[in-house]
Amino acid sequence: MKRTKKFHDFFSDSDQRPKIGFKKKITGDVLFRLFTALVMCNIFVILGLMIYKITEGSRLSIETYGLGFLWGTKWQPFPPMPGMAPSFGALPAIWGTLVTSTIALLLGVPVSLGIGLALSEFTPKRFNYIVSFLVELLAAIPSVIYGLWGIFILIPYLQRNVYPYLQRAFGFLPIFQGPLYGPSVLTAGIVLAIMIIPTVSAVSRDVFSAVPNSQREAIIALGATRWETAKIVISYGRSGVIGAIILGLGRAVGETMAVTMVIGNSFNMFSSLFEPGYTLPSIIANEFTEASSPPVYISALIEVGLVLFVLALVINALARFIIWRSTKIARGAV
Amino acid sequence: MNIYTSRKVKDRIMVSLTYLALVIALIPLVSILLETTIKGVPAINLQFIAERIPPLGQPGGGIGPAIQGTLIVVGIASLIGVPIGVFSGIYLAEYPRARPALAARFLNDVLTNMPSIVIGILGWTLIVVVIGWSVIAGAVALAVMMIPIVTRTTEEAVRLVPESIREAAIALGVPRWKTTITVVLSSAKKGIITGILLSIARISGETAPLLLTILGSRFWFSGFTEPTAALPLAIFNFSKSPYSSIDWPKAWGASLILILMILGLSVVVRYFTREKYTGK
Repeated sequence: MKRTKKFHDFFSDSDQRPKIGFKKKITGDVLFRLFTALVMCNIFVILGLMIYKITEGSRLSIETYGLGFLWGTKWQPFPPMPGMAPSFGALPAIWGTLVTSTIALLLGVPVSLGIGLALSEFTPKRFNYIVSFLVELLAAIPSVIYGLWGIFILIPYLQRNVYPYLQRAFGFLPIFQGPLYGPSVLTAGIVLAIMIIPTVSAVSRDVFSAVPNSQREAIIALGATRWETAKIVISYGRSGVIGAIILGLGRAVGETMAVTMVIGNSFNMFSSLFEPGYTLPSIIANEFTEASSPPVYISALIEVGLVLFVLALVINALARFIIWRSTKIARGAV
Repeated sequence: MNIYTSRKVKDRIMVSLTYLALVIALIPLVSILLETTIKGVPAINLQFIAERIPPLGQPGGGIGPAIQGTLIVVGIASLIGVPIGVFSGIYLAEYPRARPALAARFLNDVLTNMPSIVIGILGWTLIVVVIGWSVIAGAVALAVMMIPIVTRTTEEAVRLVPESIREAAIALGVPRWKTTITVVLSSAKKGIITGILLSIARISGETAPLLLTILGSRFWFSGFTEPTAALPLAIFNFSKSPYSSIDWPKAWGASLILILMILGLSVVVRYFTREKYTGK
């Protein structure tokens, strides 16, 4: 029987399961489906509100500073001389975000991939359970406690036992020159590296586990060692690993409290990693509650949020797409 | 012979390196848990849990309002977030081929990883602008963080329910929606509760969105449209204090309480999900 297309058909999947039941009972099904569909739409509403509200909030700043906001280096909400206009440029924070995330990836990704590989290939299954739990605990610790630990435990340790030696060994490089501040870009990068480990290692473990056993069996049959087998697994799961890394990048870019507490919070186009800096989220966290007086100040901070929102949207969408495609390919393969 | 030994050596080295990676990841975990315990335990006593937050630099007092504030804000956030998340998850799992579901699943993943400070800005522009720094604004922000997590875990739990159980109910003449609410949900109960607890654990440690919505205060809860204290904010404020001997131990004490709350939830979650892993 042909039916005209109704509103609820849009939210239904008519070809998924055979239609069972009597005609009069369909009403309940339709209502339930419509109700859950409407509730589900909160996802679209939230995202839509975010786009609308954040763009609207930053309009004043966008109109005043235009694209110069992105490469201006002066962040002066309260100008030194009366009569001067405040100026806002986010480049130091964009630079800080870029550098800290890069450090986080450089330090965190090898460790995470090692964990992912160990858990999917080498460790006994019993052991997996405990280790996965511990790595998940690392993700459960609140970011503010990472910050506290960073300030009072990590910074003194690094300043005493790591940074001086690092400078002595690699001091000829400009990135390791200058005085050793405790709260610095490098410290923030190290804390971020620790914080992305749970994400990247969990996703890469799943990617490696999704590699079909036939691949392993084929190379083992040729007499490969465990590491040579693992190499095949890595190359098979390559695109999934890239997705995991991008997901980690998304986490590093958006991390707020821990970074705010250890990066030193100064608008500074740093060249040495031992200098203090700023990141996009930490400006917002640090200045938002005090930014009441010129309306453009709040607007500029919201525009920083807009930049962050767009960055996070692009990074996460990309990561999800890659992971989704790669696990699909891995599962569908022979 | 030489090539075999070199392959063997390389194998040993690389496999040990992956084990080393495990150890490296556990060092910060152990250090954080150990230091928080060592530095937090001396700060905690009955007075610390029950009394009002003193101004920075003033000895004595406690973090009572912060514990109260966290419980209230997280509680309201759960009241908003859990039903929305659970029903969205049910929709995504029960009607997986519907066109909006494909987009929703993708956007849900994107929302899960949205930086928390951006969600704080949403809470500010949406609510604080209208009624001021308030408990409600904080609860809404945390609910927005919670919904994608609950949606995702509910969807996965409902998907795991075998089709035969649904068919059994339908064969008895139960309408499909009733089957979903009664039979499917009760088989997926464990997974859904796990997801809810996980999301609560996640939001109770969030600081950035609260900073922009409930602002923080030193006083007891005084109404839903007033600023309130919260544990993460108290930790942040104590850690910024220049009075190292007075306020820093309080930061550690508050951290220990927060960690115990969150780890407690994580352990409960493990208890719920344990047979999923030990079965293998």
